[in-house]
Amino acid sequence: MSAQIWTYLLVGVTFFIYMIIAIVARAGSTKEFYVAGGGVHPIVNGMATAADWMSAASFLSMAGLIAFMGFSGGQYLMGWTGGYVLLALLLAPYLRKFGKFTVPDFIGERYYSKNARLVALICALFISFTYVVGQMKGVGVAFARFLNVPFDTGVLIGIGIVFFYAVLGGMKGITYTQVAQFCVLIFAFTVPAIYISLQMTGNPIPQVGFGSKGTDGVYLLEKLNLLSQDLGFDAYTSIDKGNLVNMFFITGALMFGTAGLPHVIVRFFTVPRVKDARISAGWALLFIAILYTTAPAVAVFARTNIINTLSEKSYSEVPQWFTNWEKTGLLTFDDKNKDGIIQYVADTQINELTVDQDIIVLANPEIANLPPWVIGLVVAGGLAAALSTAAGLLLVISTSISHDLLKNYLRPDISEKNELYAARVAIAVAVVAAGLAGLNPPGFVAQVVALAFGLAASSFFPAIILGIFDKRMNKEGAITGMIVGIVFTASYIIYFKPQLGGPGLPENFWWGISPEGIGTLGMILNFIIALIVSRFTTAPPKEVQELTERIRTPRGSVSPKNNSH
Amino acid sequence: MTKKKSTYWKTNLKYLALLLIVWFTVSFLFGIVFAEYLNQFKLGGFPLGFWFAHQGAIYVFVILIFIYVYLMNKLDKKYDVDEV
Repeated sequence: MSAQIWTYLLVGVTFFIYMIIAIVARAGSTKEFYVAGGGVHPIVNGMATAADWMSAASFLSMAGLIAFMGFSGGQYLMGWTGGYVLLALLLAPYLRKFGKFTVPDFIGERYYSKNARLVALICALFISFTYVVGQMKGVGVAFARFLNVPFDTGVLIGIGIVFFYAVLGGMKGITYTQVAQFCVLIFAFTVPAIYISLQMTGNPIPQVGFGSKGTDGVYLLEKLNLLSQDLGFDAYTSIDKGNLVNMFFITGALMFGTAGLPHVIVRFFTVPRVKDARISAGWALLFIAILYTTAPAVAVFARTNIINTLSEKSYSEVPQWFTNWEKTGLLTFDDKNKDGIIQYVADTQINELTVDQDIIVLANPEIANLPPWVIGLVVAGGLAAALSTAAGLLLVISTSISHDLLKNYLRPDISEKNELYAARVAIAVAVVAAGLAGLNPPGFVAQVVALAFGLAASSFFPAIILGIFDKRMNKEGAITGMIVGIVFTASYIIYFKPQLGGPGLPENFWWGISPEGIGTLGMILNFIIALIVSRFTTAPPKEVQELTERIRTPRGSVSPKNNSH
Repeated sequence: MTKKKSTYWKTNLKYLALLLIVWFTVSFLFGIVFAEYLNQFKLGGFPLGFWFAHQGAIYVFVILIFIYVYLMNKLDKKYDVDEV
């Protein structure tokens, strides 16, 4: 069977499974819709969290990004995993004990203020929406490339699928579909990596393989370093000293941002007990780590393979996959010196080959000559990653609207039935809006997605941490902190992002920190301002101080009730 | 706050401080700040600093969470604040 048929088959079968699960696990109450009934097993929740977390970017783009960055790519690996330590140690157990549905719930009650809830609500909506648009775009690209449908049709198919199971199933349907999607995506990511690792090093474990000797008896990384240097690139494992401060800050922004992302935090409201919330974060990170420790190996294999197969080879003899990807425009050859041979070097004046980082994972099985079913599997995996993240984000958006805005702000007397109805309408509107935005991605959306982390780090993270660990923190401190943090971070980003119309130049970055890393500084600023302001204003009311004390011990945790207000 | 609860909380904070020091050390220090220095040592084919940034830090993160879960489950029982 050809790769095309395998792709149709595997995508079809996996989608059928998601649909069945969505129908079986549909939500019947707001509690099931928002937090899956609150009785999800920690390992199940760990898998769902992992699928929720690993997006199209993690699955399709990250390994490619690292392949071209080398050592500095570690900022994504450490940044997108380290946040789970913070979640498990500093946030998840206490928020679970608090026992409500959403992050704005916590901010609103802990800071006894409707305005605080509103600020949190707007942040949550903004962060989740920009993020989900990127996912819809990813779904469109994956469909378009492999099912040979136009990009627009691809996005529409994506909207249809997510619409079906998110509207019907709510958090309950999403949780169990995400478990299936996790299995598909992790299998799809590791199988090709194991194959290639065996091919290149004889070791079936990619994590060990890329530090082993190749078939010629030379360490793979040493060989890659030499190959890179011969072509004028930096050695793969060498450290970019001028970039260390920036790398430090980007790693921080990604970690603190992860711990402040509403769609990740909300997953810890779905488990029965505080101790389940702790261990669930552990399982989630273990499952995530499978992909995140395999990705750097894939990066090394792919970079080595590309140099070996293409550098100084005659253009007329390139393999079939080269021609296939050339058609998409993501791989281009420009024979500058007209010698018919591919010059792949660091010097942009002479270099003739451009490889888009997004094709590395998708093209990897073809580059390594793997059987056609592996190619189909990778496509199904990429779609699982994009769909599971999109669904989780859409749920946060709908909960924010039906629960935080409608139930707790505009119409507190709304009935359970109507609230559930509103939640379904909200998610339906959100799916369509995100899909349409994905169809016509305004140039800045892609830019903003990466910055959602900086904004989450500089707004939510300090407000939640202080709400738990500083009993004296009051609403004046927290609100000022959040506003200063997010305004500072957003201003710096806009000023230094030409795509957002900013006039700033990279040589004027403060201490060399790029907009992607500024969230770390925004977060520190938020902490300092909040602490100072709170000490000069009145202490929070007694019942709030008691609440803070109550969430610090596990016993007596209650699952959020239906219509608990 | 009762005295018992306050000791419970202080012990929790002590665990947090210790584990977060390790978290910071393996990622920000070993994987970034001292990576250049560590790269002179080898772990198989891996320069050590590179290994921490691309592999080691992640393994330690996972272990840290499971250690915390173990410590806290014991502490919860000891201070009689655990859940059924």
